[in-house]
Amino acid sequence: MKREPPRTLADYGPLFFPATMLTVFFVVPFGTMIAVSFFQRQQGGFYTPAFVWSNYERFLSVFFGNVLGFSLMLAITVAICCVVLALPFTYCLTRMSRRAQVLWLVGLLSVLSLSEVIIGFAWSTLFSRTAGITNLLVAIGIMDAPRALYPGFGAVLTGMVYQAFPYTVLVLFPALVRLDPTLTEAARTLGSSPLRAFFNVVVPALRNTIVATLIMVFIFALGSYLLPQILGRPQHWTLSVLITDQAIYQSNMPFAAAMAVFLVLVTLALVSLTLFIGRKGEVA
Amino acid sequence: MSGLVLKDISKRFGSFTAVSHVDISVPHGTFVCMLGPSGCGKTTLLRMIAGLDEPSEGAILLDGADITPIPTHKRNLGMVFQSLALFPHLNVAENIAYPLRIRGVAKEDQKKRVDELLQMIHLQGYGERPVSKLSGGQRQRVAIARALALSPKLFLLDEPLSALDAKLREAMQVELRQLQQRLGITTIVVTHDQREAMTMADTVVVMNGGEIRQAASPVDIYRNPADTFVADFIGSTNLLEMSADSAGRATILGKPMAGLKLPTGLAKASVSIRPEDLHLTAPGGDAIDGTVTFIRDLGGTIETFIDVSGQSIVAVSTPRARPEVSVGQKVGVVLPDEACVVLKR
Repeated sequence: MKREPPRTLADYGPLFFPATMLTVFFVVPFGTMIAVSFFQRQQGGFYTPAFVWSNYERFLSVFFGNVLGFSLMLAITVAICCVVLALPFTYCLTRMSRRAQVLWLVGLLSVLSLSEVIIGFAWSTLFSRTAGITNLLVAIGIMDAPRALYPGFGAVLTGMVYQAFPYTVLVLFPALVRLDPTLTEAARTLGSSPLRAFFNVVVPALRNTIVATLIMVFIFALGSYLLPQILGRPQHWTLSVLITDQAIYQSNMPFAAAMAVFLVLVTLALVSLTLFIGRKGEVA
Repeated sequence: MSGLVLKDISKRFGSFTAVSHVDISVPHGTFVCMLGPSGCGKTTLLRMIAGLDEPSEGAILLDGADITPIPTHKRNLGMVFQSLALFPHLNVAENIAYPLRIRGVAKEDQKKRVDELLQMIHLQGYGERPVSKLSGGQRQRVAIARALALSPKLFLLDEPLSALDAKLREAMQVELRQLQQRLGITTIVVTHDQREAMTMADTVVVMNGGEIRQAASPVDIYRNPADTFVADFIGSTNLLEMSADSAGRATILGKPMAGLKLPTGLAKASVSIRPEDLHLTAPGGDAIDGTVTFIRDLGGTIETFIDVSGQSIVAVSTPRARPEVSVGQKVGVVLPDEACVVLKR
């Protein structure tokens, strides 16, 4: 379908509402944050307007560099784990009966209704020594004694993957439903085992969807600041945790703002890089 | 026996029987068309031959070996799907090379075979194109080349030409038949288009309601249909009721037919007579009297519709033998005995 380009101001009408919302709730706060990141901090909790680079300079240290690196690594790991788990799961889901699909999707949606706090404390209980899943393993004779599985990196990763998994499935679901089932059948008649057909037909045919999903989960995971605190040790704290800490507990708004701006820039750079590589792969 | 043998194949989905007790043998190198209305089980039968569906009962034999338990990817067959199922992320050459790559054929040999196949389908120089940039007919050819890349024992096609426009479809039918004869490959095509089946097949298998109604050569199917369904489904025909009069002679529309006999023990039967076998004469005499209701002059053929006591009969003639009739005129319809096929109802 070919559409006429909008000509009069009234043609742009439907754009006003989202444009206003985006300006008021994103552009203005983000602009304020950028401005604050250059302000001078006053001891005692406030800041005065200024233009100083000291907030950014403070950030350029080994400590914050490590935290930034860990945050990115954690978010990428969560994104990869989610897609690797969700892709075969969703593929099987689309081949189930309508009834089974509805049941699974309702279950996944109910996970979305849980808040991050509830997810965090539920997993901390499940991973605890006194009431955790290791007690079950002891009961069936796999382990000798119950053990605490948290705090630790594994616990943080599990919690975050659990939280992001339903989103991943919901994003992948439409693309997989639309995927022509005869593609895999054709691959099978051409000598591919079903497993091989999945990897060299389904996965490449869905490449754009997979890249988009990876980016979405990555950004989603980057903003997580409660689960690393509940399920991790201080070395597992992400940049988002430190930003919260600076902004709320240290009352150092300019530094928190500088870190947030930096995080946004790094994220944008990574996402553009991913899209750029994806585009190049498409041309080749 | 070399070739494909289906032994008492049935397929049930829950309480629905899609295919019921099918027995066919397809000798090596023959071209078989499975023909039938939609939902007659022909596609299910093809999918079972391909191994994409499992038969509920029966066995499939290829060159004497039972292939029923063998998974699709080990059956050595080529299949063209109705949707064609070309891989969107691969270009033309990569699509055709896909089965070769899966089998681990060396890169140079892959290239050689792909060039050969591109030549066979008259698409030399198209190898680097993305499949999305091809026309319908070109895609069709690519799908055929990909299915034939490994020189399979069986070539299966599921409604392969249904997406093409009428002209191209006719051309592709001829091309497909010539290709099959050149390669001598056992081929099974599923179609609902009887013209397509008549053009291409050595043997036409007419199916309805999950059962085979008749399996024979196209001419045989046309000339000697096994039942009223086949007679009506293949080409157009006039199905008339035949019954016995008080003296036990066969009559059609009230006229005694001296040369025809009812099947023994039956008081009623059907007669199928092709429109081109009817003659129109002056009313009276031995002819069945009727009134012309409509004349469709198609240039190449002329169809005359005649009403005989409520029953509509169609006669087809060529322009040279144009009947000198007009709408509303009384005419006589002659049914030559040798053209009448008596069928049980």
